[in-house]
Amino acid sequence: MKTKLSKIAHGRAGDKGNTLLLSLIPYDPINFEKLVKNVTEESVKAHLSHQLKGEIKRFVLPELKAIQFICQDSLGTGVTTSIAMDTHGKSLSYALLEMEIDLN
Amino acid sequence: MGKEKIRIGCGAGFSGDRLEPSEILAEKGNLDYLVLECLAERTISLAQKRKKENPLLGYDPLLERRIKRLLPILIKNKVRLITNMGAANPLEGGKKIIEIADQLGLRIKVAIVHGDDVFNQLNREEKTLESGVPLSSYSSIVSANAYLGIDAIIPALETDADIILTGRVADPSLFLAPIVNEFGWDLMNSTLLGQGTVLGHLMECAGQITGGYFADPVVKPVPDMDILGHPILEVSKDGTGIIRKVDGTGGLINTQTAKEQLLYEVLDPFAYYTPDVIADFSKVQIEEIGKNQIRISGGNGKPAPQTLKVSVGYDAGYLSEGEISYAGANAKERAFLAGEIIEKRISKAFDEFRVDYIGVSSLHGLELSKDSTPYEVRLRVAGKTQDPALSTLVGEEVEALYTNGPAGGGGARKYTHQLMGVVSILMDRDLISPKLTLLESN
Repeated sequence: MKTKLSKIAHGRAGDKGNTLLLSLIPYDPINFEKLVKNVTEESVKAHLSHQLKGEIKRFVLPELKAIQFICQDSLGTGVTTSIAMDTHGKSLSYALLEMEIDLN
Repeated sequence: MGKEKIRIGCGAGFSGDRLEPSEILAEKGNLDYLVLECLAERTISLAQKRKKENPLLGYDPLLERRIKRLLPILIKNKVRLITNMGAANPLEGGKKIIEIADQLGLRIKVAIVHGDDVFNQLNREEKTLESGVPLSSYSSIVSANAYLGIDAIIPALETDADIILTGRVADPSLFLAPIVNEFGWDLMNSTLLGQGTVLGHLMECAGQITGGYFADPVVKPVPDMDILGHPILEVSKDGTGIIRKVDGTGGLINTQTAKEQLLYEVLDPFAYYTPDVIADFSKVQIEEIGKNQIRISGGNGKPAPQTLKVSVGYDAGYLSEGEISYAGANAKERAFLAGEIIEKRISKAFDEFRVDYIGVSSLHGLELSKDSTPYEVRLRVAGKTQDPALSTLVGEEVEALYTNGPAGGGGARKYTHQLMGVVSILMDRDLISPKLTLLESN
């Protein structure tokens, strides 16, 4: 059964220049391993291919039970010069949470 | 000296932050220090621009309002203020604070930390961290400010100044400096500096750890956000920190709010670079020890880098924008038609051009919203240009849809902004000399 990430996890988006940072944190630590297995550099790139134009690096943080994605070239040149509505990409935390994964 | 614990509040997490949380902290927080972090990466370039137009300006635009309201409380309760509201002009900002103190009849001293302005030391052949091209390829560079660290702030704390006013310093250093100074931590002890940097990073965005920018009424409700309290850090000599807020304020502090903030804007959780240390956030422990109280430990670090980051601001041309709304039957189709019309007419005149449909695709693109049929849609068009003559064109063209475009368009608005771009370079820290200036009221 497919579940939307927003049902089991939360996160915040940040920006450094043209690099987008997305955290992903399970509400219940029991789901951490499922996130690690299903929410990978490849699956995130596929889910947000229209936005994420560069290399994606994932940091898995087992002590914190959290994941951090570092997405290069993903903010249309970055907060100071982007002509997008959301120049920081702050709303994109919720775009990641739209992704569906198989919880079984 | 000799304290076992110190208490630091953070009353502002950006230049435009609310005013009253800092007053509540200064009044009721039982604080030793109040920090106001008001200087984002771009904010200082905009401030440099104001300074160019008027050499007496260039400090934070809200400095006067904040200081007028806070100063009597700070002096009464013996709370020292540490703030980067000096922005591009800490010396003039300091003079303004003295002027306010004189008006209020308060005797104070201000210690000003400067020397972060390295515009005259820029090597134009230096390549930017973002794009790898040399600075010389950017048309018009207007500012360059290095991120100073605790080594620049501590001498100011060693004076008896009531207010420490800085320009560009690393945000966590605003917190780490008083901790190191009070406890006499060894500057070679990277573990302690790493833990202190974790605490500073958790605090620096103020309300972002007390439930601000966290709330979602369906899955992450936060109580009383209209009176959101800002955080207080109580740090012990061993570096352990407890974060809480003033009783009676709104908000929420728990492991979830702390985790979101811990990773916020962190490029590498194993190696977070500041002028003071390369901090390791990966094994931080967050324990809920009471309602709205968390204990933070487990931060670590490696010795500070030899280079400092320098933010370089440049003129990036103009952003020309226009908006108009459609609602009811076929709202989406009418908005799409309006967007097509504008695109056909003017898109080629701009260096970059973009059409957004607010309510459909302006934030996450069309892919994630393809099945949605909103009742109303707002067209937003944006173009970037170096040509001042084109800077108002998008707004004018969108407005002209009233009589030339699809039916039922309403609420047209037009905007023109000058863009200030920011890129970063690294500079050897031996080339940068922090300076300290003391001012005193009458």
